[in-house]
Amino acid sequence: MKKNRNLMILFAVLLAGLIAPLVTGASGAGFWVEVLLGGLMAGVLYSLVALGFVLIFKASGVFNFAQGAMVLFAALSVARMAEKMPLWAAMLMAVAIMVVLAFVIERLVLRPLVNQDPVVLLMATLGVTYFIDGFGQTVWGSDIYEIDLGIAREPVMILQSVFDGGILINKDDVAATAAAALLVILLALFFQKTKTGRALRAVADDHLAAQSIGIPLNRIWVIVWSLAGVVALVAGVVWGAKLGVQFSISQVALKALPVVILGGFTSIPGAIIGGLIIGVGEKMAEVFLAPIAVKAFDLAGGGIENWFAYVLALLFLLVLPEGLFGEKHIDRV
Amino acid sequence: MGGGKTIGDVVLDLQGISLSFGGVRALQDVTFDVREHEVRAIIGPNGAGKSSMLNVINGVYHPQQGTVSYLGAKRHDVNTHEAAVQGIARTFQNIALFKGMSVLDNIMTGRNLRMKSGLLAQAFRLPSAEREELEHREAVEQVIDFLEIQAHRKTPVGRLPYGLQKRVDLARALAMEPKLLLLDEPMAGMNVEEKQDMCRFILDVNDQFGTTIVLIEHDMGVVMDISDRVIVLDYGKKIGDGTPDEIRGNQAVIDAYLGVSH
Ligand SMILES: Nc1ncnc2c1ncn2[C@@H]1O[C@H](COP(=O)(O)OP(=O)(O)OP(=O)(O)O)[C@@H](O)[C@H]1O
Ligand SMILES: [Mg+2]
Repeated sequence: MKKNRNLMILFAVLLAGLIAPLVTGASGAGFWVEVLLGGLMAGVLYSLVALGFVLIFKASGVFNFAQGAMVLFAALSVARMAEKMPLWAAMLMAVAIMVVLAFVIERLVLRPLVNQDPVVLLMATLGVTYFIDGFGQTVWGSDIYEIDLGIAREPVMILQSVFDGGILINKDDVAATAAAALLVILLALFFQKTKTGRALRAVADDHLAAQSIGIPLNRIWVIVWSLAGVVALVAGVVWGAKLGVQFSISQVALKALPVVILGGFTSIPGAIIGGLIIGVGEKMAEVFLAPIAVKAFDLAGGGIENWFAYVLALLFLLVLPEGLFGEKHIDRV
Repeated sequence: MGGGKTIGDVVLDLQGISLSFGGVRALQDVTFDVREHEVRAIIGPNGAGKSSMLNVINGVYHPQQGTVSYLGAKRHDVNTHEAAVQGIARTFQNIALFKGMSVLDNIMTGRNLRMKSGLLAQAFRLPSAEREELEHREAVEQVIDFLEIQAHRKTPVGRLPYGLQKRVDLARALAMEPKLLLLDEPMAGMNVEEKQDMCRFILDVNDQFGTTIVLIEHDMGVVMDISDRVIVLDYGKKIGDGTPDEIRGNQAVIDAYLGVSH
């Protein structure tokens, strides 16, 4: 009951924040929709990375700090290999690399540390993070590299008939969003409809029961880390194409953290919806809140996008500790 | 009961099994065997080591001493997964179903080992993978019919009443088509009617599929009714082993149970 009430209040606040610019006349409808779309497009990528996070957490109970490093590593691999081969080939090779990485992590980190304290595993993934970061630089270099998706980066005007002045969006953003959304949907279907998807969910629910019906835990871990690798790859390529492949995209990827806090660590729908909320929230804050703050308090006003997600997550932590869709754990007595 | 079935050779042979957790000696030098097609009950007061015994058979625990022979071959420490591959299925004392999943999906996971199509075939929904999924769905429907849970197919198991969850737990194990079925207190917490149903299911499984069953149960009436042989544990030691009639007359067993209310 209390959870429902808190949830209602949170949503009311979010909704109020969302429509405030419209109601107060701070923004025209067209511009507002433009910002909203921009937020959703950024959000889909957050969802994607958060999905990798949730997958790993559900299946192996590991809080995978290395997710951001994996995004960067995958993007680096694609960028550097694409210098020598077509982009599609580079992406396929990179998928193979991420699968190998999953094998190595399962073998050298997860398997020896099985049944250890969560803190130990967290430390281990911290180690993995620094290893992947460093190893990526050793193999691929540490400059800023480009990924050319071959989609024109031209803004196009849509919906001119509906909104005054139309809505400006980038073609490449739309394509990237479509790809990310497709991947999210495919993953969700894979989970629901296939034998391995069922096995993954089973492991997530109860390790021992899953093993006792013959589901091999080790193989599931490899699959889950591989999937997280592929997810990281797609996000890395999209961000890399946009921002250049450089260290900062591993920071961007860490936005998955507030997303999973918001959505609940074990919830796939939570990851998706959480990503969208964060994406839209920070865009709206950047565009509409920052100018107000600047005016009112005489601040510089930049960088809201960098911390807004974390503050939002903190708010959720306070009010809804288990996240939007997190499971309440009722222990058997 | 048990009709005209023929008890066969020894399928599982445990010799001198000792298992301890730190200072707790859960099993001490326990020796017993299980024959093909029989219903073998393990009884004993709380904490006697019954569940530990099942966990040894099922590869969850590895005894410090003793040997396990399965299907005529001496078995080295197997893990749970390997035990499942060898045809050993089990249910749990504290129901361990996959709570977020439907009854159907829970039971489908029991088919996991028998489904062979590869990851990519599943991901791309190749016809072979689809066909396999349908075949196994068929098998699962039979288990569902057998245990009379048709009406609950799509229900998330977490929403089912306790008695039905126990039945789904059994269904998932049956879906594996095991050679050896381990049941840890399948009737605990059930009312009389549910117990009768469960007894009937266990006997039917034993009769119709010839499955060998090792069963832990506290209800003496039930144990004496449905089992072929009974082993009695007390403080980790075996204090009795024999047919229900023999056990009923065993003084050590009567003593162990005095003062323990059931
Ligand atoms: N994983 C474990 N770690 C430590 N001690 C354990 C463990 N499992 C069982 N024990 C101990 O071993 C002893 C036997 O436990 P077990 O669960 O086998 O008893 P049981 O006969 O199944 O009892 P019940 O009727 O209550 O289910 C108990 O003292 C128990 O506390
Ligand atoms: Mg027990």
